[in-house]
Amino acid sequence: MPANELIRSSASAMAAKLAAKEVSAVELTQAHLDRITEVDGGARGVHAFLHVNTEEALAVAADVDARRAAGEKLHELAGVPIAVKDLIVTKGQPTTAASKILEGWMSPYDATVVKKLRAAGMPLLGKTNLDEFAMGSSTEHSAYGPTRNPWDLDRIPGGSGGGSAAAVAAFEAPLALGTDTGGSIRQPGAVTGTVGVKPTYGAVSRYGAIAMASSLDQIGPVSRTVLDSALLQEVIGGHDPLDSTSLTDPSTGLVAAARLGNVKGMKIGVIKELHGEGFQTGVENRFNDSLELLRSAGAEIVEVSCPNFGYALGAYYLIMPSEASSNLAKFDGVRFGLRTLPTEGPLTIERVMGATRAAGFGDEVKRRIILGTYALSAGYYDAYYGSAQKVRTLIQRDFAAAFAQVDVLISPTSPVTAFKLGEKIDDPLSMYLNDIATIPANLAGVPGLTLPGGLADEDGLPVGIQLLAPAREDSRLYRVGAVLESLLEAQWGGPILDQAPSLSQSVLETVGTAAKEAN
Amino acid sequence: MAAINRDEVAHLAQLAHIEMSDDELGRMASELAVIVNSIKSVSEAAGDDVPATSHPIPLTNVMRDDVVGHVLTVEEALSGAPDASDGRFKVPAILEES
Repeated sequence: MPANELIRSSASAMAAKLAAKEVSAVELTQAHLDRITEVDGGARGVHAFLHVNTEEALAVAADVDARRAAGEKLHELAGVPIAVKDLIVTKGQPTTAASKILEGWMSPYDATVVKKLRAAGMPLLGKTNLDEFAMGSSTEHSAYGPTRNPWDLDRIPGGSGGGSAAAVAAFEAPLALGTDTGGSIRQPGAVTGTVGVKPTYGAVSRYGAIAMASSLDQIGPVSRTVLDSALLQEVIGGHDPLDSTSLTDPSTGLVAAARLGNVKGMKIGVIKELHGEGFQTGVENRFNDSLELLRSAGAEIVEVSCPNFGYALGAYYLIMPSEASSNLAKFDGVRFGLRTLPTEGPLTIERVMGATRAAGFGDEVKRRIILGTYALSAGYYDAYYGSAQKVRTLIQRDFAAAFAQVDVLISPTSPVTAFKLGEKIDDPLSMYLNDIATIPANLAGVPGLTLPGGLADEDGLPVGIQLLAPAREDSRLYRVGAVLESLLEAQWGGPILDQAPSLSQSVLETVGTAAKEAN
Repeated sequence: MAAINRDEVAHLAQLAHIEMSDDELGRMASELAVIVNSIKSVSEAAGDDVPATSHPIPLTNVMRDDVVGHVLTVEEALSGAPDASDGRFKVPAILEES
């Protein structure tokens, strides 16, 4: 099979080819590294990667091949390469969180999820771009420049995990890891036509994920198919004594759920508050198509109301910055990362800290730290942080009432398709509104999955469909998601990414020329 | 609730140890005013009878056995530090010399 066809396969198809010895892990890894070289670099490249881990990835692949040749029993995904969001620490590669304050920093330890990838024999292709410290919805807040959406290189790939989503959409990697605090896995999935899952809070260890908001953060899979995400979540999930919030539930049954293939008799609830007004027409149309398909497959579609979801965004923008301001206090210019000396005056620790954080953090990070410091300050604590925590209870009650009536909930993942780079960068509030449909799941700790629902009529860009399930019922997402995916693909005649423009070097150059002429 | 203004941002920036120029303080104050205005409805959402939730999944604290686990070596712990000496982090002066 030619390399350009090979890299378009699903991860599970790649795993089958490896097991059948139709392709070697070295060939498969090299094909992805070649693709990265072809489409990621240059002024008009996708720029999904902040670091490419060529040597180690090929060495791991060669080791897998040798072990397979020796007849060793390997993990199903052994030899299938993966990209890692640069918020997750890795030995042997820099971890920057896309911030200047951690430029070139080498972690002395691996995150638990990274250890698990290594144990499964999965070559790490490199570290993917993100909004600085995962704060943003467009990847434009990266200190190392934005990632471009493979569907249209002038548009955002979503955020914060735009790098992971774009890498998978551009066939630079079959799988990636993301982190989701308010939608950072799901919203990029929606706008790039890929799949992403935020597992139940605690289902995947957070040890080694650089914390933004500890009560909301969750690591999860990014892929092109629902089954591939299920396979990856089974690799990275499960209890970890190094994360005190880690659940003791085993990470099993997800792949089986994705392979079940029916939704007959399931009750699926449409959240009244999460569609309609404020949602783009093309998004709404594709959402309705998906409802119709699920109904035709024997699911019962009912409307449910979650009246307190209207307060979710406000509560999120109090809780998240509060926790972030506290978590980011550790970047003090003493233990790791940047140290900047003040240009004048005495060199005291306080002034060095102030200069270091001024030089090392970008605008959005500063905004959130100041907002969090404000929400936690004496006199405002009860009105802001305390109230937001109460809203969290109300959101949980809304979910509980909804899940008493239905098995899963459904909504569009993002109210809009991918917008133009630069369009919302100077308007923080309009940027925050991108996460209106994804935030409630983080506040309540429930799992959520996004899968492609088709292309919007008005702009031909991908629309995401979000499924939500009760806490610890991640398997329901995979069951319904896989069925909806197969019904949609039957309509399209293949995966949605078959409709994306090809990103050969000549296209990258042509687009670049056209843009120059337009300027 | 009091609106967020320039002086307040200056105070918060000091608490958060982020040096800010006059321009930055002004810009930050106007941006934060818009954000705070849009989220203040949260304080009216829930009555006194609603308990606060700090954590999405109810958990109890856990203890591990009191044995030494895998820990970083001194070299590993200091490997990312901007300055170190004698196996310790080296910190700038704590107090200003008078």
